[in-house]
Amino acid sequence: MAETRFMKGNEALGEAAIRAGLQGYFGYPITPQSEVVEYLALQEPNHNYVLIQAESELAAVNMVYGAAAAGARVMTTTSSPGFSLMQEGISYIACSELPCVFANIVRGGPGLGTIQPSQSDYFQATKGGGHGDYHLIVLGPNSVQETVDHIYLAFELADKYRSPVMLLSDGAIGQMMEKVVLPDPIEYKPDKPWATTGKTPDRERNIITSLFIQAEIMEQRNLKLQEKFKKITENEVRYEEYKLDDVEYIIVSFGLCSRISKKVVDQARESGIKMGLFRPITLWPFPTKPIEELASINSVKCFISVEMNAGQMVEDVKLSVNGKKPVYFYGRTGGIVPTPDEIINHIKENLL
Amino acid sequence: MLQEMIFAGFGGQGVLSMGTLLAYAAMKEGKEVSWMPSYGPEMRGGTANCMVNISDEPISSPIVSEYDVAVVLNQPSLKKFESRVKKDGILIWESTHIKEPPTRKDITVIPLPAVEKATNDLKNVKVMNMLLLGALVKLKNTVKKESLMIALKDTLPRRHHHLIPLNEQAINLGMSLV
Repeated sequence: MAETRFMKGNEALGEAAIRAGLQGYFGYPITPQSEVVEYLALQEPNHNYVLIQAESELAAVNMVYGAAAAGARVMTTTSSPGFSLMQEGISYIACSELPCVFANIVRGGPGLGTIQPSQSDYFQATKGGGHGDYHLIVLGPNSVQETVDHIYLAFELADKYRSPVMLLSDGAIGQMMEKVVLPDPIEYKPDKPWATTGKTPDRERNIITSLFIQAEIMEQRNLKLQEKFKKITENEVRYEEYKLDDVEYIIVSFGLCSRISKKVVDQARESGIKMGLFRPITLWPFPTKPIEELASINSVKCFISVEMNAGQMVEDVKLSVNGKKPVYFYGRTGGIVPTPDEIINHIKENLL
Repeated sequence: MLQEMIFAGFGGQGVLSMGTLLAYAAMKEGKEVSWMPSYGPEMRGGTANCMVNISDEPISSPIVSEYDVAVVLNQPSLKKFESRVKKDGILIWESTHIKEPPTRKDITVIPLPAVEKATNDLKNVKVMNMLLLGALVKLKNTVKKESLMIALKDTLPRRHHHLIPLNEQAINLGMSLV
């Protein structure tokens, strides 16, 4: 039954996965994500999923690979350095076309970095991350509620496209508590005739692999993947528009930054500046067309990408705007979260 | 109506619990809430704080740079947050331990010897945070006292439920002191 609770983002993520029919979780603790592992470990006796605390992120991702190949609804969660360690496995999973869910509760990098929130893994999440030509579907939740909703959506999209899906969240959303409405639990019945569930006399063997030694066959797999990515790009773009009627200055922001930017927009509007917010919800596929359309509006003066990194999504904004309007950037790095005041001051001093 | 608040002090003084209880109580009254902890590499005896926003509308930024209310429990937090209280805002400070009082004149400053009162009147220093919370709720009408009691019952582990009456006394005492 749907239920309202006051929960941390990480705990809500775990609870959402359980309700969405989680069958296997393989993970390794890392701040600021550890509460997901803790919550799922605590709840394990009451549910029918398998939970293994792996010996490393490498082990965890390969356990996900194996369980997904066997047709289970599986997930792992980690934070930035751990997500880097998983990249090899994710590339294999993408090539093998296996549905599964990843969540990266991002902390500031590069390197071992800091445990504070950041959005500095945007490139890694949206441009591939591992080797080879592939994409994950990347969702960017901006609240505890959306973390929950996106977990449901992620599992659904993963099955629909036989593709790994990830949540690109951050330490702040993971650690903060908000009111959350938990949806009804799903009784998950996998329909995966391709899964390696044991050969029966009436069918051929199911083989899951990412190894295609012959170039021609490998190219065929690539074309198939590209066809799928095209279909996803056409059908799964999601975004939010806020106060964009009559707009002159458009902030583009995702995740936690979009919440802060919303306040910036409200403050700007109070002082008579025609500002609005465009928020990509799917970071891949990126909402290129809607941004391009906004760039074509005469009254729009410029775009400002506000991020918690040194300027990553701004590249996708520029590609979408395609030279029609100037695109600026404001960001903080290293785990610093910009405040509404500093963003609006920066805009007033430099752009107005 | 949006109220932006910060609770700050040493780890172990109960600043995160104060924020949690208040946010939970407000949620039970049907309000929108966000609770954002400082989660740095911190430890018992280090500084800790949480930002709590309560509103009738969905909350945009859970992180703000100025507050309507600051509740500070130690000197470093007073130093850090006094300047960030909005003009005409409220600063409640624990006056048993904080030796250098706030200096601003454009905000309402409420000194409360919560440690001393909890120790002497209630014989348990641990509930001093509830005194401060009681004072805040009295001054700002953020939530009803009954909602705080529901919050205590729902958020405290069952093994601590025998302490609820003591917490209630502390809240009442805090309310009576302002």
